Amino acid sequence: MPSISRDEVAHLARLARLAVTDDELDLFAGQLDVILQSVATVGDIATADIPPTSHAVPLTNVFREDAVRPSLGQQQALAGAPAAEDGRFRVPRILGEEA
Amino acid sequence: MTSVDELMDYAEVVERYDPVLGLEVHVELHTNTKMFCGCANLFGGEPNTHVCPTCLGLPGALPVVNGKAVESAIRIGLALNCEIAEWCRFARKNYFYPDMPKNFQTSQYDEPIAFNGWLDVALDDGTVVRVEIERAHMEEDTGKSLHVGGATGRIHGAEHSLLDYNRAGVPLIEIVTKPITGTGERAPEVARAYVTALRDLLKALDVSDVRMDQGSLRCDANVSLMPKGTTEFGTRTETKNVNSLRSVERAVRFEMTRQAAVLAGGGKITQETRHFDESTGSTSSGRTKETAEDYRYFPEPDLVPVAPSREWVEQLRGTLPELPWERRKRIQQEWNLTDAELRDLVNAGAVDLVAATVEAGATPAEARSWWVAYLTKEANNRGVELAELAITPAQIARVVALVNSGELTNKLAREVVAGVLAGEGEPEAVIEARGLKVVSDDSALEAAVDEALAAQPDVAAKIRDGKVAAAGAIVGAVMKATKGQADAKRVRELVIARCS
Repeated sequence: MPSISRDEVAHLARLARLAVTDDELDLFAGQLDVILQSVATVGDIATADIPPTSHAVPLTNVFREDAVRPSLGQQQALAGAPAAEDGRFRVPRILGEEA
Repeated sequence: MTSVDELMDYAEVVERYDPVLGLEVHVELHTNTKMFCGCANLFGGEPNTHVCPTCLGLPGALPVVNGKAVESAIRIGLALNCEIAEWCRFARKNYFYPDMPKNFQTSQYDEPIAFNGWLDVALDDGTVVRVEIERAHMEEDTGKSLHVGGATGRIHGAEHSLLDYNRAGVPLIEIVTKPITGTGERAPEVARAYVTALRDLLKALDVSDVRMDQGSLRCDANVSLMPKGTTEFGTRTETKNVNSLRSVERAVRFEMTRQAAVLAGGGKITQETRHFDESTGSTSSGRTKETAEDYRYFPEPDLVPVAPSREWVEQLRGTLPELPWERRKRIQQEWNLTDAELRDLVNAGAVDLVAATVEAGATPAEARSWWVAYLTKEANNRGVELAELAITPAQIARVVALVNSGELTNKLAREVVAGVLAGEGEPEAVIEARGLKVVSDDSALEAAVDEALAAQPDVAAKIRDGKVAAAGAIVGAVMKATKGQADAKRVRELVIARCS
């Protein structure tokens, strides 16, 4: 019995805007389960005196001066855009799926 | 496409239900640069000219935190009586929306920089409500969308959208209240008063432009109702696009009347985002709210944690300016105001203006009489805020000085001010152009007095008989003859002198 369900995989795929077939759902649920179980072994070692780690480097407070640096020009900014109009990025209608 | 909502009469709403409010305020910091890159943080500008690989979310670009923004966040936290985290980190809030080119917003989730604070909020009648602050966290603003096609310029019906990312990545502090309960029928007023107090506070801290009309201060209002006598919160809605202080109050009130009608009719409130329409004062359904898990928050690997030392926090505490409520207390004492006078001053939004006028030389009483009594009416007539009137404290102080030196009467002074408000230039230019100088030349006045006495010989005789009160009629005639440009007191002296 996998700890991650087919429905959860489908839900995550939808959130990530990934088109996943029915067969793939079964496949990925199984694979993800193996990954999750492997990672979960960390929990066997972690004890109360070991704080959870989210960053590997022992650094804090890396800040930048609040000084303006050159930006890209409009033309350069839009250079990689699939579509542009009036100096702006053009995208398909936004609420398509909810409306 | 939206049906007209049924609404319950407000008196009935508050009789049957207790409102619960939660207010989320987003404030754009006015730092020189964005939160995570060195692009200029400027309102407006040609589209997509303040953008770089980092704020456009181009592959490989790495963010670096703006130290000044962290400083501002801590100062805001301290002013809101919050605890400042000894250690906190950024998190990614994942969602797909074109206004967020990275496909995630860099925010804070489980570890906000400031938490557990409060803000005392004064209502119009002086009642003070303490609003508890849940947290204040750092994040970045999104880009701006322009919806093309469709009749209304709204997102519904649009054919496509155009994106300007100049605003994407601008430092944003989100300030979230704990649920505000027990305010009953005054809930809408409390909501407005809270946002007003927060705006004044942020302005005093000089961390933001706090312009609701330009979006540098934005409020989302969460509203729910629970039947009287119960304690379990109802389902809430979150109303966005509330772009003025007045709208905050209207939006809360509207949601209360709408939700009450739904509940009383046996219906259920849908947890959703609603959109406030300024022109109708109503809210309409937006997108259904995604649950918190759907954003799949996780710690931001590209930014190291922020761990403000206690020394730094205390040093920043030392930079806090006199806060609005402290200032009001001081001003009340210095100017010797009653509670009611202070309240009028605050409600008129005139504290700064009066203080600046006093600084420019007027007495507090003179400055107040202009701003609170006269100019507030002018602002109301024009439908603008007091501070938006086209007259400065320095100009008012000059007019006051001219009255004190006898060069203007009060009546003439009001005409001068009217001229300045009408865009006729500096007070001196208005006086010149409209010919508003007081007739202070005694010989000219004496001639007018003699003429008036000759025209009313019976009155003149009474005055000569010692009935000084009769002088009023002559003074009136002289004032009329000089079109109000004489000093009535001086005229009276001359009348009595001529008759003795």
